[in-house]
Amino acid sequence: MSLITITEVKKRFGDNEVLKGINLDVDKGEVIAIIGKSGSGKSTLLRCVNGLETINDGSISVAGAQLLPGEAALKALRLKIGMIFQSFNLFPHLSAGRNVMLSQMVVKKTPKPQAEEMARRMLDRVGLLHKFDAYPDELSGGQQQRVAIARALAMEPLGLLCDEITSALDPELVNEVLAVVKELASEGMTLLMVTHEMRFARDVCDRVVFMHEGRVHEIGAPDTVFSNPQTPELKQFLGML
Amino acid sequence: MIEFTLWDILRNLLLATRWTILLSLVSFVGGGIVGLVVMFMRISANKAVATAARAYIELFQGTPLLMQLFLAFFGLALLGMTVPAWLAAGLALILWTASFLAEIWRGCVEAIAKGQWEASASLGMGRIQQLRYVILPQALRIAIPPTVGFSVQVVKGTALTSIIGFVELTKAGTAVTNATFQPFTVYGLVALIYFALCWPLSRTSQVLERKLNVAHHNH
Amino acid sequence: MGYQLNFGWLPQYLPVLIDGIGVTIYLMAVGAVLGCLLGTVCAWTRALGPNWARPVVVAYVELIRNTPFMIQLFFIFFGLPSLGVQMSELEAATLAMIVNLGAYSCEIIRAGIQATPRGQFEAGASLAMTPFETFYHVVLIPALQRIWPALSSQIVIVMLGSAVVSQIAAQDLSYAANFIQSRNFRAFETYIVSTLIYLVLSILLRQVLAGIGWALFPKRKAAR
Ligand SMILES: Nc1ncnc2c1ncn2[C@@H]1O[C@H](COP(=O)(O)OP(=O)(O)OP(=O)(O)O)[C@@H](O)[C@H]1O
Ligand SMILES: [Mg+2]
Repeated sequence: MSLITITEVKKRFGDNEVLKGINLDVDKGEVIAIIGKSGSGKSTLLRCVNGLETINDGSISVAGAQLLPGEAALKALRLKIGMIFQSFNLFPHLSAGRNVMLSQMVVKKTPKPQAEEMARRMLDRVGLLHKFDAYPDELSGGQQQRVAIARALAMEPLGLLCDEITSALDPELVNEVLAVVKELASEGMTLLMVTHEMRFARDVCDRVVFMHEGRVHEIGAPDTVFSNPQTPELKQFLGML
Repeated sequence: MIEFTLWDILRNLLLATRWTILLSLVSFVGGGIVGLVVMFMRISANKAVATAARAYIELFQGTPLLMQLFLAFFGLALLGMTVPAWLAAGLALILWTASFLAEIWRGCVEAIAKGQWEASASLGMGRIQQLRYVILPQALRIAIPPTVGFSVQVVKGTALTSIIGFVELTKAGTAVTNATFQPFTVYGLVALIYFALCWPLSRTSQVLERKLNVAHHNH
Repeated sequence: MGYQLNFGWLPQYLPVLIDGIGVTIYLMAVGAVLGCLLGTVCAWTRALGPNWARPVVVAYVELIRNTPFMIQLFFIFFGLPSLGVQMSELEAATLAMIVNLGAYSCEIIRAGIQATPRGQFEAGASLAMTPFETFYHVVLIPALQRIWPALSSQIVIVMLGSAVVSQIAAQDLSYAANFIQSRNFRAFETYIVSTLIYLVLSILLRQVLAGIGWALFPKRKAAR
């Protein structure tokens, strides 16, 4: 039984059809990399799975929670799957610890001591327990992104969506974030990530999805996709690198 | 008892509106002239002059317009004049308006990038020439929306002059209320007339502001 | 020019002045707190609230910002009783202050909300917060921080504008001044004193607001 089920999903912005019927099933514990040209719809797909965009056709479900309009359905969906953004999006007025505590207390009504306990555990997991009281503008980009990961993990999601989470980082900070992701993968977290880090995709992912013009153009194990691309589009994409 | 029709009420109010408009114009133009002087003093390189201008602005922005009106009214009387209300009203409003316009315009001058001052200085211009040929023409553009916006405050400020006995729209409203015993209708109409005067100015200011922002982004 | 300024009356009328100052501070405090609260609710409605409510807020804001405070005051105190709404002078003055500041602060706070990066709303949503929870816990404080200087200035302007409540016989500082000058026949001196008191009040108010900002926004750099 797959954790994330994406069936015939179509998404239009005005006349621009960005997703033209996407089918993708993600198993529990699977790590999937999505690659593709700029504008091919990678971010849009992830945002749809998190309910940040509405879809025009098809269906998405995560562990039984359907993507439907309405606050209650969206909440149920988002409790099952977290999202990490390219631009971190930490809350600037809250310390790192508070960032991790907030949604537990607001959404799950977790009492403060337990939320704080969880926050410490999660910050420890990303190696930032000592930054519990630091504010986002006192952290490096890599540290901010790790806090964002801890924040999502504290909600105990079944899976994480990661949209180019290292693209905004200076090169020397990329690895500390990827190390955290690798660790998560090895612990069995389900990950659906858009990435330009081909080495990382090859080493860590179970499957690679190549998106092209709003479709899943090619999909397979990393070795097959990278070493033996079937379509000219993927060949060209890989050759471009 | 005389019956007042809605038209009677409205006509009386509209007649008084002329004085509101006239006083607004005088205050705005007078305040603009004084404000320009204060603004130049405020950005002057001479410390004492700049401080004096700052004190002026603090004083007029830090005290109620109503008190300024009273002080103008009773202060002029101390000079041994019988003071007509319009004189005290005009004087206080001009000084009050000047303090706000001076500060608004100073903000505009200071918003001009330092590079402009430096570039013009490097071309050998003196301070006056810098202002005249480089800074002010640019400041003028960005000054227009907030200046138009402040004119709304001036129109509304004239309402206070009714308290020292100048007969404009608000005073007429009170008089008509006393004659008709219809405060709801009369003050409702007064409010609508003020709205009709102020709203176009507010809108103009907003539209100009938006245009300016767009122009800025296209640079 | 033989006029001598005379402040000999001051000690005798000090209690009257102090009572007036008390009422002015009361009006300012209640007006500022409830006015900003109303402004926040309106700002939320305009920026993020239900579609049907937005034009209502726009109409309210435009109407208040384009009419004099004194007319709003007269309308509330003299006009509303004909609809059966009776109020004391002080209640009417307080209500007028709240309604007035509500409109101005709405516009200011809305600007702060609209300057919020979209990612903040999305981060809140992705953590399963409702739009309102995101607004309240994530967006509001940085938005207020962004516009705090503008909001502070507006609160000072409204406080100074409160001087006209004496026109409906609410017994604030300007009322005290009017009363005293009708007794001591020293109008100019009386208004000098009351004007200076207002000046001190506005300077103090600025300090207090800066202090509140300092306490409210522990982190001084807001996200851009
Ligand atoms: N909110 C929106 N409104 C209109 N068009 C949008 C919106 N978001 C995305 N698009 C369009 O959808 C298309 C796909 O965008 P998307 O961000 O999903 O691409 P991407 O594959 O993530 O690209 P990149 O690698 O640059 O991040 C683009 O053509 C983009 O212009
Ligand atoms: Mg993208």
